Amino acid sequence: MRKSRKDFLNKLFIHLLLIVISFIVLMPILLALSVSFQPRDQIFSYPPSLIPERLYFDNYINAWNLVNLDRLLLNSLFASIIVMFGKLALGVLSGYAFSHFEFKYKKTLFFAILFTLMLPMQVRVVPLFVFVSNLGLANTYSGLVLPFLASATTTFLMRQHFLTIPKSLMESAQLDGCGPFRFLFQILIPLSGPALAGLATVNFLVMWNAYLWPLIILNSDEMKVAQQGVKMLFTSASERDWGLIMAGTIIVVIPTIIVFLLAQKFFVKGIATQGIKE
Amino acid sequence: MKEQDYDSHFSVPYLLILPSMIILTFFLYWPTVQSVILSLYRTAPFGSRKIYSGFDNYINLFTDPTYRASLVRTSVFVLVTIFGGLAISLILSVLVNQKLKGIKIYRTIFFIPYAISPTVSGSLWVFLLNPVAGHINYFLDLLFNIQIPWLTNGFFAFIAIIIATIWKNMGFNIIFFLAGLQSIPDSVYESARIDGANSFQIFRKITVPLLSPTTFYLIIMNIIFTVFQSFGIVDIMTQGGPADATNILIYQLYRDMFVNFRLGLAAAQSVILLILVLIVTFFHFKFVSKGVHYQ
Repeated sequence: MRKSRKDFLNKLFIHLLLIVISFIVLMPILLALSVSFQPRDQIFSYPPSLIPERLYFDNYINAWNLVNLDRLLLNSLFASIIVMFGKLALGVLSGYAFSHFEFKYKKTLFFAILFTLMLPMQVRVVPLFVFVSNLGLANTYSGLVLPFLASATTTFLMRQHFLTIPKSLMESAQLDGCGPFRFLFQILIPLSGPALAGLATVNFLVMWNAYLWPLIILNSDEMKVAQQGVKMLFTSASERDWGLIMAGTIIVVIPTIIVFLLAQKFFVKGIATQGIKE
Repeated sequence: MKEQDYDSHFSVPYLLILPSMIILTFFLYWPTVQSVILSLYRTAPFGSRKIYSGFDNYINLFTDPTYRASLVRTSVFVLVTIFGGLAISLILSVLVNQKLKGIKIYRTIFFIPYAISPTVSGSLWVFLLNPVAGHINYFLDLLFNIQIPWLTNGFFAFIAIIIATIWKNMGFNIIFFLAGLQSIPDSVYESARIDGANSFQIFRKITVPLLSPTTFYLIIMNIIFTVFQSFGIVDIMTQGGPADATNILIYQLYRDMFVNFRLGLAAAQSVILLILVLIVTFFHFKFVSKGVHYQ
């Protein structure tokens, strides 16, 4: 009896500790959320209030209009969806080549793809900007997404996943006269739901969160993406209009959090094998 | 009827790889090679004039006190961020590595900051640390009666970007530490307890050494994160200031490229970063091959 009581108190203590730490970890988001619903005079009252007196939505409306968030969010959403599907498609195809085929230069090509892990955006950004501009793609969606479309990680992870699907399946498919492309689309892909979902989430967020490349390649207001919107909030809001700035920041982070919570299980698996990423 | 054999489709694998290879060649390999070439030229701002200048860009960089200071500053930034970040993440990982009802909720909460972008992370922290309406100074004032000029004082601005970076990368570290902790068999802990070891001894003598492969991997990944991905945090929080106090290498590169328009000089900085990545990756591979023996 005494042991179980001690055990209970122990567990209670750990729960309390974890709840306190959880609040500290989430504090930046929670306080931003709180401030985003406060009018200016409440934000600057002393002591600062933790909870809004009433829900004040003007900050959201003002932030939305100030930096044209509708356009920025649509741009981000569009680019992220393209990158998500594009990367997945290219990764599935190349991963399949490395998992199910024997061919000359297989090892060399595989190494050549993996080597690109070592070339993050930042080490090639200067010539990449020159190159994409010379193609006439500066300030376009194509220029924005093209450099993100292929990745070593997606290829590598798809290969790893396809290798776990038994070889006998391919042999029997061959005997039934099923060609390599039909095998991929009718057997391998339907068997890969969770792996595809995980990579899709990670790849969506890679584009959604990208900042340096959009900042460099996009220059007109109607092409900019949501992360640039965060910076624009700081440069265009009247000084210290924290309610508005935090409201805008919350709008930009909501899709990130929704995508993360929806696909958390896959996301964690997806990054657990992630290499160098921009 | 001829039997289907995938080896007979000898061109299929090349066709499958082709789209990836095209993108990687044009958008990854080619620009990297161009970085190296461009770094050997002096470029006129705005103009297309390029003059071959050998290693001048590199010599200029390494003799420039601003760049050298940035190099030292980045090293300190990386060291403090990694040491602080890994220590906090390890403690939190041990806490959420318990068999407890609802533990998954805490794990989810600890992972969330990693999904958030550097820009958003920077924005949240700028607010928290601002001296007038921010809550951090209010609590510090309440508890210790101090007011810290977070973003206007060089030293504290440097600390501020470290805090935001640690917060943002914590989730990544916890995911890996947690995986590492879960691969340590319970029997190891049990026998240590039977031998009379207390929790702290177990943590120091068993958990930490057995986690060293994970820790090493995380150090490598964190070097890359802090060197390259802190750009968004710095650009939102301090723009490299005040007085260059937070001007880390990646921010200096951006400045030389888009503020000063010195493309050759910026390319040389890219190449220096590339060499850094290659060194780090070399250590990584060396470690991985050792890790196999270790297992």
